[in-house]
Amino acid sequence: MASLLNDQRPPVFCPGCSHERITHILDKVFQNMGLNGNQIVIVSDIGCSGLFDTFFHTHALHGLHGRALTYAAGLKMARPDLNVVVTMGDGGQGIGGAHLLAACRRNLDLTLLILNNFNFGMTGGQFSATTPQEAQIGSGFLNQLERPLDICQIARMAGAPYATRCSAFRKDLVKEIQRAIEFEGFSVIDIWGVCPGRFTKKNRLTPQLIDAALAKLSPQEGIVSENVRKEYGRHYRELAAGQKIAPTPLKIEAKFNPPQPNRQEVMLLGSAGQRIITAGEIVCLAGLSAGLHATQKNEYNITVLRGPSISELILSPEKIDFTGIKQPSVIVALAQEGVDRRRELFVNLDDDTIVLQINGVNIPPTKAFIHRVNLQTQGIRKSDWALASVAILAKLKRVISLEMLQSALEIKFKEKTLVDSLILVSEVKIN
Amino acid sequence: MSLSLLEGNEAIARGAVAAGCRFFAGYPITPATTIYNSMLNLLPPLGGIVLQGEDEIASIGFCLGASMAGFKVMTATSGPGISLFSEHISFAIGSEIPIVIVDVQRLGPSTGSATRGADGDINFIRWGNSGGLPVIALAPVDVKDCFTLTMHAFNLAEKLRCPVFIASNKEIGMIRESIDLDALEKPEIIDRSPAPAGKPHLPFQVTEGQSVPDFLPIGANVPVRQTSSTHSQNGYITTDHEEIAIILDRLKTKLESAIDQFSFYDLIKTEKAETLIITYGVTARAAKAAYKELKEQTHPVSVLILKTLWPVPETIIRQTAQSCKQVVVVEMNLGQYVKEIQRILPNMHIDFLGQMNGQLITPRQIMEKIANG
Repeated sequence: MASLLNDQRPPVFCPGCSHERITHILDKVFQNMGLNGNQIVIVSDIGCSGLFDTFFHTHALHGLHGRALTYAAGLKMARPDLNVVVTMGDGGQGIGGAHLLAACRRNLDLTLLILNNFNFGMTGGQFSATTPQEAQIGSGFLNQLERPLDICQIARMAGAPYATRCSAFRKDLVKEIQRAIEFEGFSVIDIWGVCPGRFTKKNRLTPQLIDAALAKLSPQEGIVSENVRKEYGRHYRELAAGQKIAPTPLKIEAKFNPPQPNRQEVMLLGSAGQRIITAGEIVCLAGLSAGLHATQKNEYNITVLRGPSISELILSPEKIDFTGIKQPSVIVALAQEGVDRRRELFVNLDDDTIVLQINGVNIPPTKAFIHRVNLQTQGIRKSDWALASVAILAKLKRVISLEMLQSALEIKFKEKTLVDSLILVSEVKIN
Repeated sequence: MSLSLLEGNEAIARGAVAAGCRFFAGYPITPATTIYNSMLNLLPPLGGIVLQGEDEIASIGFCLGASMAGFKVMTATSGPGISLFSEHISFAIGSEIPIVIVDVQRLGPSTGSATRGADGDINFIRWGNSGGLPVIALAPVDVKDCFTLTMHAFNLAEKLRCPVFIASNKEIGMIRESIDLDALEKPEIIDRSPAPAGKPHLPFQVTEGQSVPDFLPIGANVPVRQTSSTHSQNGYITTDHEEIAIILDRLKTKLESAIDQFSFYDLIKTEKAETLIITYGVTARAAKAAYKELKEQTHPVSVLILKTLWPVPETIIRQTAQSCKQVVVVEMNLGQYVKEIQRILPNMHIDFLGQMNGQLITPRQIMEKIANG
């Protein structure tokens, strides 16, 4: 195969930079693999490694610092047939650390080449996540305070099924990069090189010294057997193929007449675990079965199983503009937490409003009409109180009718849940 | 007529799918999470892709990669996440990558209140990119808008190759509402313009009369370049200041010159009304309720509900305000879009009503503002 190097744009690295060597090695890899430029995407990060895409006649995406793996993931999921090679420096590895960890865990078929030259070459030789503590660098003494990390150890612990630590001067680097690209899964090569423009001005680093430093570490070469598993994209497509088409929203025909002809506002003031939101939805569905417009606005704490749970419902023969409650027809006081959250509401009520006060809930002084119910003595479980209250409203012919409620339950529930809810509705007593 | 009960966020997801979106990536965040949930229900069975990023930066990064491979893409978040999107919003603007970004706004600043509504990101959406170039933002009022405006958002993103925001709000996204699905407006679907075959492809070249370059996906038969750097029409970094100026001017004018083609709004006009309420988002619903009450009284008003917020639809604002003596701008923040109205209507008396406490602005508050100025 012909070289994929861009003859209009030769490499522009500093003399002696190992990036230039890797540029030619990568070209050899592509040639050996028999790839055309349109079968490859080079996704390049920021810094000197970010220049790589411009030297090749391949697809190219150059983006923001540390984020190269994110674009690469989107590309590979969209086009699994492409060979996606990411070039990144030790700087990109640092700022994009979360993306490296996630890429290792995800195991999408990408090849990450980290051109590790132990400093930020382009901006003045500041320290990176791999700079030795004893190095003289462009960040004063700060690198003495931070321990460098070992990319391959991290990749291995995070689940990368292929990780190699090696020198840019390694003789068979062509073969090693080819192996990494051909591996089906996430592969990372931590390639140690020299930065003559910055790092080696004050620090001695030669191919021999790199070899000596590498020899001190326990070697990491190629497949990490304990991490080998199904490639993410392949696995995703297998699982996605088994997903059922989502149903379209149910269309509800108007078949009943509502007990009141005008706009009705209902507040369910309860607590988490009382299935307030579900009861609210049932009221709305019941409204729809009478051709009414409906809105449901909920309020609950982000701790799902504790605290108040409030549902504000509006049923109206006209389209609903303002979704806030202005003049509630009904307030259901189901739990103290909910009532306390909306205490101010009770002051301005008049006797057009009915407050359904469930046993054990204290309500502030109010002029509203109060209807007390003891659900506990009726043997109803707390988690059914909201639905039981809605049933009481239906039996009182307030807001919804029994046939509207039954129709809503048939829409919302199936099988045993439906049977149980219908029994609950028929058995609950209004006092 | 039959009605369905649908949440605003689910309507956005369904609108996206109807527009041809087949790639979604997101990160869980209240009150936007149910868009992600809905996309996860809808897309994989259709052969589409849904990913959860390790953070918001990754989520939108996945989307940009997939968009460059030719997919229609969407992501969704709220205040803390839109902040993290910032660098990639700039990328999508500068490198003309189509994407729909939903911001289901919650009360800020910062982590703020996860389950309280607000319209506090309106200026962040416009200005939260490096370089300050314009974006498109559409603001839904109800569940119906969530569906239809999302379809428009995709069409605009594809046609103009830019990020398009849906400026939603917890009070729209997490509300369940009745909707007549058979009456939904479904605009014709627009795809990005493909580059003609057989010609050398320069990824950022426009021919005469064109304001948006033709698109070839990464993965096409010929190599395609994309870069976040200041580029020439060939997609390589450039220092040619004349070409830089031409390209950056084009990024501005391609949106601003087309605004009259996508100025979505509702105008409730009352003959001889001296007061015009200008509002958007969930607050428009309170304004409509106020209008109805005032209609019966001695002080009738007109209401202009803006559904395109950015670029500012100046023509419709000027035209509508012309015959009025008082303009009242109402928004669920402490004063953001009102600055645009003041800029466009320098000689007009403009009153402002804003609120930032997690509560809806009520029709009563609007009527009081109209009465008392």
